[in-house]
Amino acid sequence: MRQIDPDFLALPLRRLADAALQRARDLGAEHAAFRLERVRSETLRLFDARLEGSMDADDLGFAVRVIKDGTWGFASGVELTPEAAVRAAEEAVRVAEVSAPINREPIELAPEPVHADVTWVSAYDVDPFDVPLREKVELLGGWSAGLLGRVDHVSASLMQVKEQKFYADTAGTVTTQQRVRLHPVLTAMRTDGDRFDDMRTLAPPVGRGFEYLTGTGWDFPAELAEIPDLLTEKLKAPSVQAGSYDLVVDPSNLWLTIHESIGHATELDRALGYEAAYAGTSFATFEQLGTLEYGSPVMNVVGDRTAEHGLATIGWDDEGVEGQSFDIVRDGVLVGYQLDRRMALVKGFGRSNGCAFADSPGHVPMQRMANVSLQPAEGGPSTEELISRVERGIYVLGDKSWSIDMQRYNFQFTGQRFYKIENGRLAGQLRDVAYQATTTDFWRSMESVGGPGTYVLGGAFNCGKGQPGQVAPVSHGTPSALFRGVRILNTVQEGGK
Amino acid sequence: MSERMGTPQETVERALALSRADDCVVIVEEGSTANLRFAGNTLTTNGVARSSRLTVISIVGQGVGVVSRAAVRPDQLADVVTAADQAARDAQPSEDARTLLGGGSLGDWDRAVEPTTIEVFRDFAPAVGDSFAAAEASGRRLYGFAEHILTSTFVGTSSGLRARHDQPTGRLELNAKSADMSRSAWTGVATRDFSDVDVAALDAALARRLDWAKRRVEVPAGRYETILPPTAVSDLMIYLYWSAGARDAADGRTVFSKPGGGTRVGERLSDVPVRLYSDPGHPGIECAPFVVAHASSREQSVFDNGLGLGATEWISEGQLANLVQTRHSAELTGLAVTPSIDNLIMAGPDGGRSLEEMIAGTERGLLLTCLWYIREVDPQSLLLTGLTRDGVYLVENGEVVGEVNNFRFNESPVDLLGRLTEVGRSEQTLPREWNDYFTRTVMPAIRVPDFNMSTVSQAN
Repeated sequence: MRQIDPDFLALPLRRLADAALQRARDLGAEHAAFRLERVRSETLRLFDARLEGSMDADDLGFAVRVIKDGTWGFASGVELTPEAAVRAAEEAVRVAEVSAPINREPIELAPEPVHADVTWVSAYDVDPFDVPLREKVELLGGWSAGLLGRVDHVSASLMQVKEQKFYADTAGTVTTQQRVRLHPVLTAMRTDGDRFDDMRTLAPPVGRGFEYLTGTGWDFPAELAEIPDLLTEKLKAPSVQAGSYDLVVDPSNLWLTIHESIGHATELDRALGYEAAYAGTSFATFEQLGTLEYGSPVMNVVGDRTAEHGLATIGWDDEGVEGQSFDIVRDGVLVGYQLDRRMALVKGFGRSNGCAFADSPGHVPMQRMANVSLQPAEGGPSTEELISRVERGIYVLGDKSWSIDMQRYNFQFTGQRFYKIENGRLAGQLRDVAYQATTTDFWRSMESVGGPGTYVLGGAFNCGKGQPGQVAPVSHGTPSALFRGVRILNTVQEGGK
Repeated sequence: MSERMGTPQETVERALALSRADDCVVIVEEGSTANLRFAGNTLTTNGVARSSRLTVISIVGQGVGVVSRAAVRPDQLADVVTAADQAARDAQPSEDARTLLGGGSLGDWDRAVEPTTIEVFRDFAPAVGDSFAAAEASGRRLYGFAEHILTSTFVGTSSGLRARHDQPTGRLELNAKSADMSRSAWTGVATRDFSDVDVAALDAALARRLDWAKRRVEVPAGRYETILPPTAVSDLMIYLYWSAGARDAADGRTVFSKPGGGTRVGERLSDVPVRLYSDPGHPGIECAPFVVAHASSREQSVFDNGLGLGATEWISEGQLANLVQTRHSAELTGLAVTPSIDNLIMAGPDGGRSLEEMIAGTERGLLLTCLWYIREVDPQSLLLTGLTRDGVYLVENGEVVGEVNNFRFNESPVDLLGRLTEVGRSEQTLPREWNDYFTRTVMPAIRVPDFNMSTVSQAN
C-alpha cells in the first residue's frame, strides 16, 4: 500500500490543531474540529491532438468548526501558523455568537468511537502527479491523432486530483488520509451535411492512479478504435419515434439515473428539508422509511464508502466517522438513508454512517453522497440475455444530458448511443432519444437486473450540493437492467421542429 | 522558514522578478467570504473563509506553463515560478500565442486588501431573526442563504501591466413554504453589501404568493402562453451567453454555427428589437473591466490578460452581433475581439411594462416564478430541459387566480427569442439556477405565446 506523501506530513498539522482546539475549548465550545487539507489538481485539454490549455493547481488551508452554546460556528484560514489557527478558532466562536439569534435548534452530534491517530490511503499504483505533463500530452495526443482523419475533430481532457486531509477533534480522533482520482475523456466530432454530432468515451472516472490510462481497469485503445464507425452510424441513424418502449440500460448510462433518482433522494438532510431552498427535498420522506415501495423486488441498493476505487471511498469522513457500508433499498423497499452525525442524532439512528464531506478547507462539511450502487443478481443474465427478452425496445449506452426535479420525481436523460431492439436483437442506432419518467414508476418497472459480469462502477467528479456550492466525487456501481414501458421523447420534436 | 504571506502586490513583483521565462503573467487573488444558511426558521450552517491564490503563467517562445498554488509564502515563491518556467519550456507551441499587452495601470494597485467579515450581517442577521418570528407566527417556514464575497484580483505582466479589480458579490435567496410544505415561493436579490436588503419586504412578497397558491388548479402538459419573470429569463440568457463561443460556432458545433460553415453573426434571431449585452460599468452590476485568464481554452487566452473590456452587444436590435472571442479566435473568424464579461443585460424597446402590468394585460396564461435544473439536450438547437419551481400561477383576465402544478420544459432560448411577443421593463435580478457562478444580471420579463411544458412534475 502507498504511504501518505512526506511533504504533507511535514506540514505543522498537529501544532495547528492543538492551538485551534485548545483556543476553542478556552472560549467555551462544547465541540471543536480542526481540518487541514491540501487538494492538488491538474487539468489538461487538447483539441485536434494539440494542447489547448493546462493548469496545475492546489488548494491548501485549514478550518475550525465549533459548537458554542448549541450553535455552529465555522472559520477557515490559509496561513499555516499557530497564531492563524487561534484566530480562526476565535472567528468560528464569533460566527456562532452572531448567528445565535437565528438558531432555534440546539446542535448535538451522534456519538462516534474515538479513532486515535489513524491513517488511510486509497488504492492506486502510480501517482498521476509523478508523471510528467509531456507524457500525458503525448498519450492523449496520440489517441486523438489516431481518430483524426476518420472524424472531423477530437477533444481530449484529463482531470487528476490528489486529496490529502488531516482531521482532529476535541473527542480525541485524529485521522490522516490521502486519495487519488482521475478522469480521462475523449470526444470525437463529425459533420455530415448539415448534421453535426459527437460521441464520447464511456470510460468512467475512477479512484485509481495513472495506471488507468496504461491498461489497468479500462482498454482505451479498444474503445477508441470503435468510435469513428459508431459516430458515422449515429449520424446516419433514423430519428426515434416517440412513444413507450422497453429499455435495456447499460451501466454507462444507468449510474447517472441511480445518482439522481436514488443517491440524492436518500440523503436524509434533503428528506428532512434542510436543502429545501436549493438542491431540494425528496419524495422519499422519513415517515416512509421501511414502507416505501421504491422499486420492483429485484431492486437492492447499497450505500458504501469502502468500495475499492470508488470516488466516495474514504477511511474516515470529515466528522471523524469510520467509512461504512449500509442498505438503502432492500427487495424494492426503502430501508436506509445517508447520514451525518447531526442527522443521525436528530432521527435516532444512533450512529452516523459516515457521509460527511467538505470539498475544500474553506467549506463546511455536510452530508454528501456515499457510493450508492444497485446490486447485481447472483447468477443473473448477461446484457445480451436482457436484450433477447425485448420485443420492441431501446438499448441505452453512455450518459449525456440529465435533469430531475427538486423532489426527485420527474427526470429526463439522454445518452451517447441508442440502439433499436427488435425481436430480441439490436437493429441499428437511433437518434434524438430521451427517456423521461417518474422515479418510482421507473424503478418499479425494472423487471431484471444483470449478473455480476455486467456490473461496472460509473461516477462523476462534480456532484454539486449546498450553499456555498460544493462539489463531491462519487461512484455508482450497477449491472445492466431491463425496464418495461418507459416514455421515450424525440428531442427534435420537443424543440418544436 | 517564514510562515507568513506577503502582500499581493509584493507577491506579484517578486514572482515577476524571479521568472526566467521570456514573458510572464502573475495573477494573485485574495478572497474572503461570509455566509449564513437557514432552513425551517432556523440557522443550519454558517462560516467565514479566506483564500489566497497565486497563478504564474510563464511563456517560453510560444510555450505556456501554468502553475497555481494557494497560500504561498514568500520562501515558496521561487519554487512556484520555477515550476511554471519549466512547464513552459516543456510545452508545445500554443496556437493562441500573442505578444502580451503593453504596460499601463488599471485600478488602485497600491491600496491594501480589506476582507469581508461576519460583521457584514450585523444588521441583517437580527432582521432575518425577526422574519423567522413573524413567519413562525403566521404558519410559514423560511429557508435561504445569504453570502458576501470580496475578491481582490491583481494582474501583473512582464510587459509592465499592473491591473487590479475589487469585486464585491452578495446574494440572498429567500424561500417561504407553508407549514405542510405543499406551497412554496421564492425570491432572490443580488447586493454589493447587504445594506440595501429589506428582508421584511421580501418576506411579505413571499407571503402574498403563498396566498395565491391556496387555490390549486391542475393543468396538463402542453404549450401555453407564459410570462417568464426576470429571474427565469436570466437563467436562460446566461446559458445562451455561455454557449456563444466563437470557436465552437465556427467549428459547426453550436446553435450559432451557420450551416455549411462560419457563424450566424449578423443573422436576425428576433423580430422584436431586443438587446443582449454586457458592460463592466453598468450601475449596480459593475465587474472587472479587463480580462483575467488563468488558462487558455476555447473562450479565453492567457495572452489576453489585462485586455480592457468595454460595453459589448451580443444581440443588437434582434440580430446576433458578436460572439465570445479571444484575440486569437477573432483572427480566425474575422470578427471583432469581444471577450467574455462578468455581467449580462437584456433590454427590449423603450416603454416595456412591469411584471405586474404584464399580468394585468394577460387574458389567460401561466406566470412562472423561476426555473431549475436546466441542462442542455441538444447543442445544435440549444434545446434545454428543466423544471418550473416554487410557484407556477394561472392568470385569467388580468389576475392571478391560483397555483398550478410544476412542469418539465423543453425549450431553446434562441428559439424563444424568435417567438416572444412582449419584452417587459428590465430590472436587476438574481438568477435562480446559476447564481453560484453568475449574479450580475439586469433582465426583463418576457411573454412567450407557446412555451413547451413537456410533462407534469409532481414536485411541489
